[in-house]
Amino acid sequence: MTDPAETAFRAEVKAWLRDHFPAELRGRAELAGTADDPPSDLPVVLAWRAAVAARGWTVPGWPVRYGGAGLAASAIAALHQEFAAAGAWNPVGGMGVTMIGPTLLEFGTEAQKARHLPKIADGSIRWCQGYSEPGAGSDLAALQCRAELRGDHFLVSGQKVWTSGAQWADWCFALVRTDSSKKHAGISFLLIDMRTEGVMVRPIRLISGSSPFCETFFTDVEVPVDNLVGPLGGGWSIGMRLLQYERGSISASSHERAGAVALADVARRYRPCDAAGRIGEGELRSRIARFEMAQMAFGIAADAWSADTDRPAAGSLGKNIGARLVQERADILIEITGLNGMGSGGDAFAEDELEVARNWLFTKAVTIYGGSTEVQNNIVAKRILGLGGTAR
Amino acid sequence: MTGVQVATGEGRPGADAVTLADMVRQWAARESPVAAFRARRDAGVSAVVDRASLAALADLGWTGIAVPEAHGGSGLGFEAAGMTLLELGRNLTISPLASIACAAWAIDRGGSPAQRDRWLPPIAAGGTSAALAVAQAPGQLDDGEIVATRQADGWRLDGTRRFVADGDGAGLFLISADCGEDSALFLVPGMTDGLVVRSRAMLDSLSHADIVLEGVALPDEAKLGGADLVDALRDRACVLASAEMLGIAEEGFARTLDYLKTRVQFGEPIGNFQALQHRAVALFEAVEMLRPVVVAALKAMDGTEPPDGDMARLRASLAKAAAGDTLHLLGREMIQMHGGIGMTDEHDAGLFAKRGAVLEAMWGNAAFHRDRFATLRGY
Repeated sequence: MTDPAETAFRAEVKAWLRDHFPAELRGRAELAGTADDPPSDLPVVLAWRAAVAARGWTVPGWPVRYGGAGLAASAIAALHQEFAAAGAWNPVGGMGVTMIGPTLLEFGTEAQKARHLPKIADGSIRWCQGYSEPGAGSDLAALQCRAELRGDHFLVSGQKVWTSGAQWADWCFALVRTDSSKKHAGISFLLIDMRTEGVMVRPIRLISGSSPFCETFFTDVEVPVDNLVGPLGGGWSIGMRLLQYERGSISASSHERAGAVALADVARRYRPCDAAGRIGEGELRSRIARFEMAQMAFGIAADAWSADTDRPAAGSLGKNIGARLVQERADILIEITGLNGMGSGGDAFAEDELEVARNWLFTKAVTIYGGSTEVQNNIVAKRILGLGGTAR
Repeated sequence: MTGVQVATGEGRPGADAVTLADMVRQWAARESPVAAFRARRDAGVSAVVDRASLAALADLGWTGIAVPEAHGGSGLGFEAAGMTLLELGRNLTISPLASIACAAWAIDRGGSPAQRDRWLPPIAAGGTSAALAVAQAPGQLDDGEIVATRQADGWRLDGTRRFVADGDGAGLFLISADCGEDSALFLVPGMTDGLVVRSRAMLDSLSHADIVLEGVALPDEAKLGGADLVDALRDRACVLASAEMLGIAEEGFARTLDYLKTRVQFGEPIGNFQALQHRAVALFEAVEMLRPVVVAALKAMDGTEPPDGDMARLRASLAKAAAGDTLHLLGREMIQMHGGIGMTDEHDAGLFAKRGAVLEAMWGNAAFHRDRFATLRGY
């Protein structure tokens, strides 16, 4: 805290934000893109993105040569805090920054890193994830999408599903089958340009009415061999490492959502409360307290665990806890608003009321995607607790 | 919104506390394992403080953890005291260290120089043990009433306090009493006329005594402070109880996990079965979350002075509620996963469940602290 270098850095960030962060963007983090919408292309947002990217602060921990700022964890924490204090936000997010970027840093060739990382960092290229298939959900290694080696390229054919944001993505990182005689060792990790001939994307309409996920079809898609990450048949362990980054980012995003409207304020709007603002229904009050306490506990725990790098499966615990919190908050909100939160559209309901139902429905996904709660429990049981058996 | 934000590193213990915890862990495993607790119970010893073990704890320096160096202690504070109780809790080691640390802290904060000189050195040296006859959970638990009446030359205390841990044989009591509209904290030596201690056998094989006061006459300076000090003391007691509960939770879980790996049914360890694996993960998750939450609360106690702000109060209530919920789950799951053997007196599972249940009810249970959390948060 009292480290003079950190104090100076914070002052530098503060001053920079005063000069570069447009006041009209204060608190508008959704413009960086959400599950339902791609990043905004408003000129003021693009200018903000370019300014942050020029400092390397969209991916502050990455090396400078790949578009990062090479900052240590403590400086990154200070940067986040100064941004939050100013109502500023990182204009570049998504799977490029949270998932494929860190994976390429770890496993990519120099050429792959030089080609892809700077464009992830400046937000000009967006990525989607080609993992699940209709017949390969929790049993991901059952995937069948084939990639045949044909000299200098692979020929890819098959179907992926739940490819979030595929309709806006420029590139896809995919697990493909390069050998059907072995289950795990027959899987390879490929980078696929979504503009290649033979790629077709179809959004899937969800119960929430939105379409954040897609079906993606590959028909004889030519992918250069240079786009193979890691060795042929070595994709499984790389793909699993990437899932650790994914779990971490799902867990982290549950903290960010927490900053939204206080549940007690919503309760006061729709439910009886006394003159001092105390919620009248004891059970609701207790439920909100339970939620806030669990959220505070998870905040403290996730920070403590982040320093403990010898426990990789802690990501599974964090994913489950974070997902449960996101879901619980949505449950409480729909309970508080009752019928007022169950509008399906039109102007009889306020926009934030319509959002309650959409959010409640969408959050059903968080305990399924990124490895279901049950899959994460299997991972914790095996990798951390050392329990045996063939639990699936 | 004060106190809701999480600060970087608040749930990570400092290096000194970790070193101390390692030392305590080794000592307790060697000198005071669960078997010692069981032997003591079997012998019918329920009064907490025995001179020999207090002297042993003093030799290790642990009675002086909350006593400033100038008065013969180490002045390490609540983080260190909590890590010590955590490791002792792992072995169900019975000690009055939580009461002693809280009492020393209150005397240091509220006492006159003469009172500090009189009481802190013998506390640190293990010659005097202390107990907190403080209302544990106002509004939830009726643990008696004590009224303080102003006299020409001091105070007069009358009333009863029930469930006073470490009260049997304590050389010193810190007593909360109603004095007019507010509560106040009084320092009362154990040998004072009109003070009677009655044992009360509890589920954890210990006595949580009843203290009866009849016309106890005290000098002016016996009043150490008002409601702010009482509240702050209660939170420190509650956080140290949470630390002991964490030790019980970690050890109870470790033993349960070990059983899942060794008990064979249907030709394989029962831990191979997914139904039990997922229950074990749920328990593990609760225990893993509890450690940083307790550490954050301990550090919050060291980081503030009465009157405590909302940040420290929220951390204290969070820790006690989480510890209560976790031990409740542990008490159920540890016995369930052990099956019939866990129901026998011969097995240690029952000892963990019973000590856990008593700690859960002390200093306000989880419901009490959730209610307090909501009130502090303004809803």
